[in-house]
Amino acid sequence: MANPAVTTVNKVRSEQPGGHMLASIFSKYGIFLIFAVMVVAASLLSAAFLSTTNLINVVRQMSVVGLIALGVTGVIVSGGIDLSSGSVVGLTAVVAASLAQDPDYATPFYPGVHVPLIVAVLAACAVGALVGLINGSLVAKTRIPPFIATLGTFTAIRGLALLYTGGRPISDLTDAYNFIGQGDVLGIPVPIIILVIMAVVTHILYAHTKFGKYIYAIGGNEQAARVSGIDASRFKMLIYVYAGFLAGLAGLVVSSRIGSGQPGLGVGYELDAIAAAVIGGTSLSAGGIGTVAGTIVGALIIGVLNNILDLTNVSAYWQQIIKGCIIVGAVILDQLKQRGRR
Amino acid sequence: MEDEHILSMESISKQFPGVRALSDVELRARKGTVHALMGENGAGKSTLMKCLIGIYTPDSGTITFKGERLNITNTHYALSKGISMIHQELSPIPQMTVAENIYLGREPMTWYGLVDMRKMNRMATELLERLQIKIKPTAKMCDLSIANVQLAEIAKAVSYNSDLIIMDEPTSAITEAEVEGLFNIIRSLKAQGVAIIYISHKMDEIFKITDEVTVFRDGRYISTDATANLTDGKLIEKMVGRTLTDMFHKETTDMGSVFLDVQNLSGKGFRNVSFQVKRGEILGVAGLMGAGRTELMEGVFGVTRTHGGSIKINGKEVSIKQPADAIRNGMALLTEDRKLTGLYLNASVRENMFIANINRYMLGPFVNFGRILKDCEKMRGLMRIKTPSLMEIIRNLSGGNQQKVLIARWLLTEPDLLILDEPTRGIDVGAKSEIYRLMTEFVRSGKAIIMISSELPEVLGMSDRIMVMHTGDKTGELSRAEATQEKILQMATGMSLAA
Repeated sequence: MANPAVTTVNKVRSEQPGGHMLASIFSKYGIFLIFAVMVVAASLLSAAFLSTTNLINVVRQMSVVGLIALGVTGVIVSGGIDLSSGSVVGLTAVVAASLAQDPDYATPFYPGVHVPLIVAVLAACAVGALVGLINGSLVAKTRIPPFIATLGTFTAIRGLALLYTGGRPISDLTDAYNFIGQGDVLGIPVPIIILVIMAVVTHILYAHTKFGKYIYAIGGNEQAARVSGIDASRFKMLIYVYAGFLAGLAGLVVSSRIGSGQPGLGVGYELDAIAAAVIGGTSLSAGGIGTVAGTIVGALIIGVLNNILDLTNVSAYWQQIIKGCIIVGAVILDQLKQRGRR
Repeated sequence: MEDEHILSMESISKQFPGVRALSDVELRARKGTVHALMGENGAGKSTLMKCLIGIYTPDSGTITFKGERLNITNTHYALSKGISMIHQELSPIPQMTVAENIYLGREPMTWYGLVDMRKMNRMATELLERLQIKIKPTAKMCDLSIANVQLAEIAKAVSYNSDLIIMDEPTSAITEAEVEGLFNIIRSLKAQGVAIIYISHKMDEIFKITDEVTVFRDGRYISTDATANLTDGKLIEKMVGRTLTDMFHKETTDMGSVFLDVQNLSGKGFRNVSFQVKRGEILGVAGLMGAGRTELMEGVFGVTRTHGGSIKINGKEVSIKQPADAIRNGMALLTEDRKLTGLYLNASVRENMFIANINRYMLGPFVNFGRILKDCEKMRGLMRIKTPSLMEIIRNLSGGNQQKVLIARWLLTEPDLLILDEPTRGIDVGAKSEIYRLMTEFVRSGKAIIMISSELPEVLGMSDRIMVMHTGDKTGELSRAEATQEKILQMATGMSLAA
């Protein structure tokens, strides 16, 4: 270093200081700690909380938003946003229900048409994926900001759902169809089973496949992804398709849970799903950050919160206020983490 | 003769809205050699390289590589043909690991179709060991120093096993020892027959490692020569199109009274520092990265909190809690990282110039754009800022011109003290020389400058007095007459001068 021929002062910077172990553990696992504290607090506040029935109830209630949130997480990780998922729930609910009406029903939607259950299921998923394809094409090809693109589909798809049914609900669905939302296997409700399966699949997709890696790469630094030879537009489009598919699945579960396809289903779900992702550590301010486990915990936190406020007879109005505070709190936590990085 | 050229780019032109970036330029590189591409900022070097790697598509011209005419429309294609690049703007994906960044886009797969992380980490370990780069492949990019990010980018470019590697300012952030490491890598690549196109503003590197030099100026091809046939002076002359007699324009000015007097100031990253700046003086602040120079100035300017000590301006003690206090007291700070903390990249040149100063241009509740335009035009002429118009988005300007706009911004606030943090980083010689000229004019009018710089020739050339820091402490102060590179380096590395 004392070489006299040196013309530029050496630039040395030490790597991350080691002292902040605790802070780094908290920034990594903070959300899980908060969840654990909440569960303990809830069980102290109400004896009913820890009963099996209640716990299953909590998870079942969050399963629909949880499904949507899995897809929304990927979209946010890629640097986008999806506001259309609640409307997709409404559209896919009525499409699926229209294909699953009981044959004996007096005024069926499609008279004389009886298709196997699988057709209704696939139709819901396909319609969801199709809306996702529209979102993705708008975002990736026309370069419209994702907020605007999905705000457009959010509005238009709800209209399409209303148009499809003429604003009326589609009821009297087959038992097989209703089993998806209302049945259980070995005591576990089917919606929970679907959520668990999709969470595992989504985790593998996001964390262990090229597709997942590229979503994170694009969200982290799209230009860098492009110069590494990645077709960023294509993968951006695909993540919206996947999110749409999951929202379609959610629409199927919701309509079979209440035994009726209603065009007004899923209003506000997109925001709950975004909230779950954000509480779970998905960063809206910096792309490329977010995990499936975090999002599931985020959704569970909302679920436990609603549940314990119900059990302790706190008014529904207060529940909304508290939920709002938690969302903002989660984002502040995220900001602090980002700042810590710099 | 012709067939030993692995790459021939001929008659390449590229037009951007309002700017003709390249007109009819050529570049030929030979197998197993290092070819320097030189020119001032805005000469079109990076643009041509982006055409070669597929980020831009040239409007006209031909690219022949390994005897094959290529029509390069995307990066993927360029990489697959054996061309890779170390990008000037370091572009890591911050949340991903070093290994994931290196193998982004060509991840090894397991037989059941998932990304094979274990194999990827093993490949990265082998690669980094072979290149003697000491970084953990599992470290996240955002936890690395800038130097290590740059080393990882170098490793990535090499890992493609390309026949041609473009290195666009590969040493902007790394240390002397690491530069030597890079040169070793380059030598072994040369021996394997790889061609390298090397872009750098550092003259000593050009003469040390390159075989041939092509010079561009204002988007035009000027010349190609063997490096051995060139000298510093000749090369600079080709680049700027005129002879630069005195790079630094240093004049001795009459020192006035003490303007800023800092006593025993401490804060995050610096301890107990005292110094003064007189009117008419340029105080150079030297030190290694992490010496606390930037932190000290941010403390003085109110960006970060300080404790203990005092700050006096014109002999009067002042309290500076936020930048607005500092600005009110006649200070201005040009930050080190112009993209992060200085420029509004999507705003126009004009907006970027007057934003710090809008209060001076108010007519009641309205902004007096007429006066702004007049002042900005004046600055544009004074600073020789190359832009098609004041309304041009600043993102489209070259680095040197962006820096000039930032300096213009602070000059418009008519400060008494200008704090410049690495004012010429990443800027070509021509623009550097003009910034030095402006600094000299500024202090001649009885104002003061504090200049943080890691370029020793610049510190020695411009400062009236030099203060040296080491890990947060002030380790010494040298007058212009007594300062030498060796003395500064000794103080900067914390060795006592007596040794």
